[in-house]
Amino acid sequence: MGIYIESFPSSSQEVIEGRAIDLANATAAEILSGIQNAGIVGLGGAAFPTHVKLSIPEGKTCKYLIINGVECEPYLTTDHRVMLEQQEDIFMGLRYLIKALSPQKVYIGIEANKRDAFEKLEQYKPLDLAVEMVLLPVKYPQGAEKMLVTAITGLEVPSGKLPIEVGAVVINVATTAEIGRLLPHGRGIQERVITITGPGIAKKGNYLITIGTPLRFILDQVGAEDIKEVFMGGPMMGVSVSNLDIPITKGTSGIVAFKPQQTLENQAEYACIRCGACLDACPLSLNPSQLGILAKNESYDLMASEHHLLDCFECGSCSYVCPSNIPLVQYFRVSKSIVRKRQAKAKS
Amino acid sequence: MKDQTLQIRTSPHLKRPMATNTIMLHVVLSLIPVMAFAVYSFGITALLLITTTTAACVATEYLLNGKERGKQNIKDWSAVLTGVLLALTLPPGFPLWMAFVGGMIAIALGKFVFGGLGQNLFNPALVGRAMLQAAFPVAITTWTETLVNGRFSHIIPSSLTIPFLEPIKADAVSGATPLSAFKFDKVSTEIQDLAFGFTSGSLGETCAFLIVIGGVYLGVRKMLNWRIPVGILGTVATLTTILYLSDPVTYPSPWMMLFSGGLMLGAVYMATDMVSSPLSTIGIWIYSFVIGLLVVLIRIWGGLPEGVMYAILFGNALAPILDKSIPHRIYGMSSKNQNKNRA
Ligand code: SF4
Ligand code: SF4
Repeated sequence: MGIYIESFPSSSQEVIEGRAIDLANATAAEILSGIQNAGIVGLGGAAFPTHVKLSIPEGKTCKYLIINGVECEPYLTTDHRVMLEQQEDIFMGLRYLIKALSPQKVYIGIEANKRDAFEKLEQYKPLDLAVEMVLLPVKYPQGAEKMLVTAITGLEVPSGKLPIEVGAVVINVATTAEIGRLLPHGRGIQERVITITGPGIAKKGNYLITIGTPLRFILDQVGAEDIKEVFMGGPMMGVSVSNLDIPITKGTSGIVAFKPQQTLENQAEYACIRCGACLDACPLSLNPSQLGILAKNESYDLMASEHHLLDCFECGSCSYVCPSNIPLVQYFRVSKSIVRKRQAKAKS
Repeated sequence: MKDQTLQIRTSPHLKRPMATNTIMLHVVLSLIPVMAFAVYSFGITALLLITTTTAACVATEYLLNGKERGKQNIKDWSAVLTGVLLALTLPPGFPLWMAFVGGMIAIALGKFVFGGLGQNLFNPALVGRAMLQAAFPVAITTWTETLVNGRFSHIIPSSLTIPFLEPIKADAVSGATPLSAFKFDKVSTEIQDLAFGFTSGSLGETCAFLIVIGGVYLGVRKMLNWRIPVGILGTVATLTTILYLSDPVTYPSPWMMLFSGGLMLGAVYMATDMVSSPLSTIGIWIYSFVIGLLVVLIRIWGGLPEGVMYAILFGNALAPILDKSIPHRIYGMSSKNQNKNRA
């Protein structure tokens, strides 16, 4: 038996320190390579390389640059902390981004319950920067790129496409701050802010943690006791870990620990009672109820061709609300990977 | 840190604290005042009737599904709810053996043949009631007076008829319901009597006020879709107001229409059955409007004094069609793909 390891096509980053990027004289291409050399990725959790995201495809232009200050998940407060403490870095990063993309409009989206961050940024906003700050309703998954683009510009990102299709580029606020902090000095990314929380943690809070720190060490420092479940990321999309001897990565936005009583074990599953809660919860207005029934029947192709399975971005809202405890998003994850495999096979 | 076995599961790791069995249980609980009032008005007979239909529903659910699944299904409380709702649509002196048959039919024909909870096209309690109406038309329209003396010590005699042997005597008909009184004799009933239940009628038809309270409770707890009662009652109120203003002698007053018969019970507890109502919000509004319209049409121009049951059953049949045919906007779909509906 052999294992075939395929590298992620955009894993194109190697941190190269020592090449400071001078904002006044740098070209767009130099800024992009500066970001690449600094090793900066989307710090909201997706960890997609930022220089790849900023490379606008042929024939498209960036009309809207949107800075995402909306926390990607409940429980996480890293973006909030960054906005309260690193205004200067954020606006410096913004200058680099504006120079790299030359957008027509620049927005910062913040949730309405983070008025303090909104006011802080408003207060520190340089007079020469034309930035519009937008307060948005607090509603998971408002921090998802497509939702944010629609909330701010009113445009819908077409199915299966990226926000650049409608001229939008979305960059997380912590990523922006990191650009502003590192590029002027030619340094590379070494640490990030992580929310450590959950009922199993004694000293909850946001911590600046060096990338590569072992999870076990961190949990010891924050007083984790009697924990049954630990996941990296937020409670809606985070991945639970089986082993504490793993390192923190650039994409770790949160660490949440549950005690035994909080875990969702042994919940009885009932039949779908057609309550419609999942339809109301789905941000894309898909029909999770119908998709769930089809998944149980293994009608994966029908799910994709008629019911937009591949649009589902696995936010988990449908599973969260379902009173019958049907593992909807769990079905969709499996179904999506089956459909993708079938499609790849059909192509080759 | 000590090593411990960590549990692995896929996200989401949080769950809204509302489960299907909780919803069903709360619906049953919210009906307790209505049941208590029925017992107050009609005495121990009412209690017997509720117990009979509930026992019939639970027993049928258990027996049809076998030991394992039967046990599991009973825990979701839906069979109990069907039993209680069925009893509330029956007249107080309804023979208990017939009520038992009705409960069995409700579960077997209303739910089991469709594939169990969630698969049924119609509200099971209404299926049971419709079958009883077809099979025993006399018994189901035999009304007894409310608040009679001795109701707590004596059972209404007709309740204890022996299966298939004793016919219900037509002259046992007493206490016409407010709707039939108006329809056939043009007698109006005082509105406060209707709202607070001092009229004759089925167990759960008499006290509209308590039903409204139960409905508001469930609506606030988000265990019931408020649009359905609002849509149905709003439609009935609007249409009957127009009719009443045009000719107050021929047409009943809107108050009379709203607070009499099974309308409150139907609009709040029957039409709102999640399984047999549409999924989408637009569908829900159309469904509610159609039911309201049919109630008015049947009550005023149809041959029957009451039309709520048929109106809701028709609405139930319409629900899947509404789910299939209403074009639905999905995020990020170009307009030519939009018509691919979601149901
Ligand atoms: S996970 Fe559920 S709610 Fe989220 S996009 Fe997919 S279907 Fe919709
Ligand atoms: S939330 Fe669950 S029970 Fe309700 S319609 Fe969706 S799948 Fe069915």
